[in-house]
Order: sequence, then C-alpha cells, then structure tokens
Amino acid sequence: MATATKKYVGKPLKRKEDPRLVQGIAHYVDDLTLPGMLHMGVVRSPYAHARIRGIDTTKARSAPGVAAVLTAEDLAGAIGPVPCAAQIPDMKAAPRPVLATGEVRFAGEGVAVVVANSPYTLRDAMELVDVDYDPLPVVVDPEKAVRKDAPRVHEELSDNAAYRWELEGGDVKKAFKQAERVVKLRMTNQRLVPMAMEGRGVLAQYDRGDQRLTLWSSSQIPHILRTQIAAMLNFPEYGVYVVVPEVGGGFGSKLNVYPEEALACYLAMKLGKPVKWTEGRRENFLATIHGRDEICDMEFAVKRDGTLLGMRAKIFADLGAYYQLLTPLIPTLTGLMICGCYKLPNVRVEITGVLTNKMSTDAYRGAGRPEATYFIERGMDAVAAELKIDPAELRRKNFPKPEDFPYATATGLIYDTANYQGAMELALKQAEYKKLRREQAAARKKGRLLGIGVASYVEICALGPSSAMPAGGWESATVRIEPTGRVRVLTGSSPHGQGEETSFAQIAADMLGVTMDDVIIVHGDTSAVPYGIGTFGSRTLAVGGTAMYRCLENLRDKLLKIAGHLLEEDPAKLVLRDKRIVSKRDPKKSLPFGEAVAAAYTAKSLPPGLEPGLEATNFFEPSNFTFPFGTHVAVVEVDRETGDVKLLKYVAADDCGNVINPLLVEGQLQGGIVQSIGQVFFEEAVYDEQGQLISGELTDYALPHAADIPRIETYHTVTPTPVNPMGVKGVGEAGTIGATPTLVNAVVDALAHLGVRHMDMPLKRERVWQTIQEATGGSAGKARKAR
Amino acid sequence: MIPAAFEYFAPKNLDEALRLVERHGDEAKLLAGGHSLLPLMKLRLSAPRYVIDIGRIRALHGVREEDGRLVIGALTTHHDVESSELVRQRCLLLAEAAAEIGDVQVRNRGTVGGSLAHADPAADYPAAMLALEAEIVATSSGGSRAIPAGEFFVDLLTTQLRPDEILTEVRVPVAGRRSGGAYRKLHQPASGFALVGVAARVRLGEGEKIESVAIGMTGVAAHAYRAATAEQALAGKKPGAKLLGEAAGRVTEGVDTLGDMHGSAGYRRAVATVYARRALEAAIARAGGKTA
Repeated sequence: MATATKKYVGKPLKRKEDPRLVQGIAHYVDDLTLPGMLHMGVVRSPYAHARIRGIDTTKARSAPGVAAVLTAEDLAGAIGPVPCAAQIPDMKAAPRPVLATGEVRFAGEGVAVVVANSPYTLRDAMELVDVDYDPLPVVVDPEKAVRKDAPRVHEELSDNAAYRWELEGGDVKKAFKQAERVVKLRMTNQRLVPMAMEGRGVLAQYDRGDQRLTLWSSSQIPHILRTQIAAMLNFPEYGVYVVVPEVGGGFGSKLNVYPEEALACYLAMKLGKPVKWTEGRRENFLATIHGRDEICDMEFAVKRDGTLLGMRAKIFADLGAYYQLLTPLIPTLTGLMICGCYKLPNVRVEITGVLTNKMSTDAYRGAGRPEATYFIERGMDAVAAELKIDPAELRRKNFPKPEDFPYATATGLIYDTANYQGAMELALKQAEYKKLRREQAAARKKGRLLGIGVASYVEICALGPSSAMPAGGWESATVRIEPTGRVRVLTGSSPHGQGEETSFAQIAADMLGVTMDDVIIVHGDTSAVPYGIGTFGSRTLAVGGTAMYRCLENLRDKLLKIAGHLLEEDPAKLVLRDKRIVSKRDPKKSLPFGEAVAAAYTAKSLPPGLEPGLEATNFFEPSNFTFPFGTHVAVVEVDRETGDVKLLKYVAADDCGNVINPLLVEGQLQGGIVQSIGQVFFEEAVYDEQGQLISGELTDYALPHAADIPRIETYHTVTPTPVNPMGVKGVGEAGTIGATPTLVNAVVDALAHLGVRHMDMPLKRERVWQTIQEATGGSAGKARKAR
Repeated sequence: MIPAAFEYFAPKNLDEALRLVERHGDEAKLLAGGHSLLPLMKLRLSAPRYVIDIGRIRALHGVREEDGRLVIGALTTHHDVESSELVRQRCLLLAEAAAEIGDVQVRNRGTVGGSLAHADPAADYPAAMLALEAEIVATSSGGSRAIPAGEFFVDLLTTQLRPDEILTEVRVPVAGRRSGGAYRKLHQPASGFALVGVAARVRLGEGEKIESVAIGMTGVAAHAYRAATAEQALAGKKPGAKLLGEAAGRVTEGVDTLGDMHGSAGYRRAVATVYARRALEAAIARAGGKTA
C-alpha cells in the first residue's frame, strides 16, 4: 500500500473507541435528555391479521401526564409510508404505513402512538388505548402462502407472491441431460432476530424559530435516513439534521427507516417538545426487521468423478407482511451468489418472494450471502456423500484456479481475485485434517459420534458499484488538516462497532506521517460530514476508506508541493515522516509538518497557482465489488443419548485482502463465527399458526453464551484486490457466511455413518436426538455401538 | 420494561415484615433477590399493590450447622450457597445445584428462599431440597412451622406457603458416612433453567447395597417431585449398570410431563432418564468415596 510510512497500518492496535465505551462514558440515544422531553410509546397489535373496527383513545387521552394519543386516522396521511429502495421487475406493492390503517398484518404492528411526560405515565396510558379487532385468517408458511386458497396478506393484491425472480446462465437443461448423477437437497435457512445489544432508539427535537428538525437515531445510515424523513414528512431536507451517536450493534437491523423515526419527528413538530422513543426488547423482537427465512430446493448435475456440470435452485423467501428498506432485494443476493466458489457454468435460480403475516425480513449480517453459501456448501457435502468423495477433495476439484481471475460466474458477477485452494489447504493443514479423519474412524469404532465439517465460501463485499445498488454505492470523505496540524477526517460511513475511528486513523496517520492521536475521525452527524451512503455490506474500509485515502493522497501531494517550494526541493523527492517533511536525497533538507500546514493557511509563500487551505473531499465510486473468501473447519462431538453437540475445534482461514488492523479483523471474524454458532445451534424466530412470535423473549430465544464457544483459531492468506488502491476487501460478515455451513456439515458428518444426510437448523438437541433415534431405530440410548 | 405503580416497604426486622404481610397479605409481594419478581413486574405480568422488600433483614442471611443439620437463611444468595465451605463439605449436591442457577449476576442476587417460594417448575433448588429431604420453615406472626420439602411444592408456581407467611429458612439434614449426592442438569439454552434437572442422594450399606436413595426431579412436570418408583427399584440392591439404567428409566413414570418448544414431553422423558442415570452414577461414586 502506498503510504509514506507503515508505523500503524498492519498493526494489531487496540481500538481508540474502547476507553470511553468500557468506562461507560459514551453516549447512546437513550443517554440523551433534553429539557421538556416527552416519551413516546407505540401500542402494538396482538393479532397477526385483523381488521381494526375502532380505536377508543378517550381514556388514554385523559390519563395523567399524557400529551397526545394518535392513530392512523389522526395522522390523516401526514406521514408517508416506510420507504423501500428495492425495485424488482413486476414486484407487487406492499408499503408499510407508519401506523396500521384499517388492518393489521403482523403481530407487533403499531396501531396507535402515545406521548406522555414520563416512561411510567406512558406505560399506564398505553394500557388504556382500547382497540377493537376483528381477527382475519393468518398465513405464516411461505409455501402455503402462494397457494390459490391461501388467505391474502394484502386483500388488494391478487396473491401473496410478491415477485418471481429468475436468473439463468449457461445451458442448464443440457447440463442435466449430460449428468451422470443428479443430487437433490432441500434446506431451510431459518428466520432470525438480529438482536443488537442496543435496541433502536430515537430522539427528535424541533426548533420552531429555525425550522430545524434534529433526529438522533441509532442508525447505520444517517444520510439516507435524513433524505427519507424529509420525504416522509414532506419537509425540506436542508432543515433535517440526523445525528447518530454511539450505536450498540446493528447487524443490518439499523440499515433501515422505521415508523418510530418519522413518528417521533412528527410529534416533536406537532407538540413543540422533544420526543424520545426507546425500544423495549419485546418490541425489538416483534418490530425490528428479521433476517434469513429462505427455503431452497437445490439440484446438482454432476459427473461421477465429482465435476459439477450444473445446478438448479428454487428458493422461497419469506418477506413478511410489508417491505422495509431492502426487503425484496435481499433474496436476490442469494441468487447472485449461489454458485459459491466453484466452476458452475450452468445455473438456474428461481426465487419467489412471499408475503406472510410476519415482521419484514431484511438485511441481517451477510444479507443473502450466508443463505447462498449455506445452500451451496450443504449441497457440496451432499454431492460428496452421494459420490463417496472426500468433501475437501470435491471442493478442490471444482475451484477455479488463481489464474482464472477475474472470474465470471454464470450469475453474471465478476469475482475480482482469489486463491480458494490456497486458503483451504491452510485451513486443512492447521486443523490437521488427515489426522482428524483417522481420529474420527477410531472414534466411530468405539461408538463415539465425531464429526468434521469443511466449508469454503466466497462473499460479495465493498457494496458496491452504484449501477448495482438501489441508492448509489459510492462513499464520501472529507479530510481537513487544521491550522494546528491536527487532522479531521469526516466520513460518510457511520459505524456501529466496526472500529473505523481506529482503522481510518491508522491509515491517515501513516499517509501524512503524523501520530494516530493527531487524527480524529468524525462520523454520523449529517451537518458535519458530507453526504454518505452508510455502513453495511462490509463496505466501510473498502469504499469509505478509499474515499478518505483519495483525500489523503490529494493533501499529501499539496503539502509536498508547499514544502518543496519552501525547501527548494523537488516535491517528488520529499516524504512525510514523523511529523516532518524530509528530502529523500538530503535528509538535512527538512521541514516540520506543522510549518507546511501553517504555510497553507497563512498563504504568504505558496507555490504559484496553489490554493490556500488544506481540505479535500472525495466521492469514491468502486468499479466492482470485492470477493473475500476462505475455508473453515469445525470438529464436533454429538452426545448420542441427548443430541447435545460439543464444539471441539474451530479453524478459520480467511482472505480479506490487505489487513489494516489484524485485531479488528480478528474481532469481526470471531464475532461472526459466534453469531453463526447462534444460528446453527440456538436461534429461531418461531411463529405459530396464529402468527404469534412464540420465541419472542430472551428467555425463549436462545443466544450463544461464552461457555458455548471453543477457542476459535484464525489464519489468513492475503490476496489483495485490484478494485481499490489499498487492496482491501472487507471482513464484517465473513464469519457468519463461512461458519454456518461448516458447523452443520460437521454435525451431519458426525451422523453420516448412521445414514443421516441432512438436518435443518437450528440443530437443537432434540432435533439431533430425534435424527439419531430415527437413524438407529430408537436404539441409540441403549446400544452404545455404532450401527 | 416499566412496572405499574406500587407501594414499597423496607422492613428492618422480621417482626416488622410479618406485620406488613399480615396487613397486606394477598395484595403484597415479598421482594428478596428480585430475580423472578422484578422481571414479571417490568413486563406487567405481575402488578402487586405492595412490595415488601425483606432484603434488609440481617437475621435471614447465612448458613450455619446446628444439630446435624445445615440451616440456611432464606436470604442467602445462590453464590453464598455455591461457595460456602460448609455446604461444599456437608452437602455437595446443594452447592452443585446452586452453581447451576442462571449466571454469575443472578447467583449474586438471587436467594434460596426466593427461589423456593416462587416454585418455578424448572428451578434447581426444588429438586435438591426433595432429594435432601429438607424442611422449609414458614413463619407468621402466629409462629413457625416446618414443611417437609415433599409436601411444599403443590403445583405450577404454587406452594404450601400462606399469604401471611414468610419463608425464613431451610433445614437440610447433613448426610452421614457412605453417603453421596449429585445434581445433573440439562440447561434450557435461553433461560438457563432446567430442561431436566436431577438431584440424587444415595447411602450405601452392607455389601455395597443401596441403603437409602432419594431422587428429586425438576423441569419435567408442573412442579418438582420425588421419583418414587425409581427409588423403590434401587432400594436394597447392589448398584450396577443394568439396575441404574432400569431405575433411571422410571423417573418419569406416572408423571404428566411438560412439553414446549425447548423440548417435547417425549424428549424430556428421554433425557430425564439419561440425566437420572448420570446423577445416580455420580452419587454412588461419591458415596463410595470416589470423586465424580
């Protein structure tokens, strides 16, 4: 990477953010208090589908401390619907009103909003809102929902199939004709709750004099939120100020615009007082977007030697009752990435997006790619089992070679650069794969159920070229070197735990030859930073970081010109180092960094034609996505009496291109893998037939605990991308993408000799136990011998 | 997570508390560690008019040994039970059960008396108290009565306690020589409560035969219970793999087994058998002087 020095870049430095976070002196939205502030609460429907016959708000309105009670009728269209940025050809419209209008379509949908002077009076008053519901038939199963006789989620639509999306590359029919074997597998990727530690939170304030509306929100997309709030309220965008303070995790759930954000703004304007809404955990379960929820029937055409000829995938994606910002788009990412990291020349994908009486699905860590990777990687193991080929060998055989890149997939993507086999061999070596297989054979003889799982992945990051993104895919930065020599970086990316205050400062400090303490990274305040897209899709460093990098190049060159002028030296012969500008050919010829900076501002001795000041802005438009990759290996042991799975070993070999801060990369990988452990073994948003979310509390929705996590070993290969100058690819989602199939492959492998071919997640103990019972004819608990 | 309004009392001694209980009875809830009551109130599933915080009553804290029994004050925290040398030496089973409750924060606040009085069908202590044949002492202004653990748990979240009584202490007989106990638990992964919890206590007699045995079960039914038929199958016999397997297979006999999304009734019965066998194996090993 073309930095002047490498004092910081590449080092595992602790995060600059952490001291304030661990001391509890950082500010989240709920920590903010304004004079006269009121509290808002949303009365939510207990029914998944019902007609609203009437809402009696009289009692609530007259309750002590209540400032307002509003229903959709009271709003009378003053707030537009929740925006959806995704457009798919022939997609049916399913916009979400900010409060239910006439009908509720999922349990948890808001029907009224109450504002009161304290959280306590608010809760009391909310119980007094009397809603008369007339229950309607409910549909929760996406495959049943597309049947002709299914209840319709939206009466005005002809059916519940929101869209059908098809993609074909190559000649799939021919591939299946030529197939020596056809391998089929049906898989479910269950519905999940993103579960950020900090729920959503909103504080809105309106200044009548300035006509200035300020919205503090726990969001991943401050600028998009600003634009959409302006549109929803029909209020000039220049009067809307969005501030995103500390964000306690998002995982995609805050890459959205929600009714509460617009409602709080509207009420703050209407009441002339600040209005705060803090989401409760139960609300977070019910009314913050969910993730995944796809069913896939996959079919492979293969040769006996393991060569993949073609694949068909038929996917049902449960969208929920309404579209949130990107709801319809997410399943199509599954379609685009369905080939995984294999030469699969002939592919057909059919996706049916289905409306059901559930909360909307949308982007959740990985957003479409974990689903694709799960399906193809489970599929690869099914092919390996069918052909009796070692799963690692089957993968090795079908990887494109490093010289095949850039590699065009049958789904129309161009993979930038990779060495899939390199990462896999590293993972296998570190896990001692051959030895593990020998141990497994010996364990099986003793009746122990030891399983080894391997999965390789490629993901799509650095989202992305604007041509492929619903609302633009560039990112912005402004870098300002202040007269005292301190560096202010304003970034359009808005982090929620990524650590960019650290990684961006490492880059800036090295590029300018200053210390990290000389650099501050400012983000999340739309009045301070240039218009940005936001943080999602592992794009912060690769796209937002590159915008900053371009600014730094610009300022570095300007400083060198100024210094060259002052030192009477060719700028091309100067470098920035240790807060000095030094000549490479004559080290005695040098200038303090601060003097060059001061010269830019005093503007008394600048090279002819050079503008004063030291500020640069860049909007970086990437030419392509990046495609990080890797292979993970897991070892598990299953308790045949209880179905309990012990995770014995986890090895990950990932390639995210050049690494700025190995500690941050490690954190992202470990966190992502743990989140996968959650999906594989514990988590599931379960709706019953009536559309009630029955796993809707933390006492029922299990998350992984520290004690469930083994030591996770991480290794890296480094294949820089040519898509951006730093050669960085992104790593925010890799863990959740690689680990899910790895773990399921391991558990299925543990039971493979009993004839087990697949199990759907979550692999709860009872499901594993039941599978063993069925495979052994109920003898597992008694006979300790393998069949 | 905002409770409804309530009136709060913080009595400094037992007499004061008993007077409040007598006056407010049915409309009052006692607050000890608060780890069951406060979440219920915050979710507005419980909205008592009066909350009587007994946490300041010093006399209800702590563990002591008295007349061959451990006497455990109702306000003794799970952590205090788990880490008490006295409990570990005299009654390892009980320390084991305490150590399996919730997480560190819960164990630092939650109390023995609170847990028993709440009588969650999947709580850990009830199984342990049944296996240990403990007595639960209930005090009212009229005096105290000792309720055998076997009679204390009546139904889901229902005990023998009357509204005018406060659970003040638990008396646990200290096991003699050649005795051993163990608690084995399969956690419900979200709540940390027992999907199945088995407390087993065994005394070995002449010829290594089982002289007495008690098995307490939790998580399986609407309330904790003794697995009587399994105990009968073991009594007076010499333990072996076959006998333990058979006896363990009876721990849910005649029991209306719970089933929910975390485990069907069938699964609970199956793992109850497995965990009963594992608990018995450990208890017998300990009774025989081995570590398990």
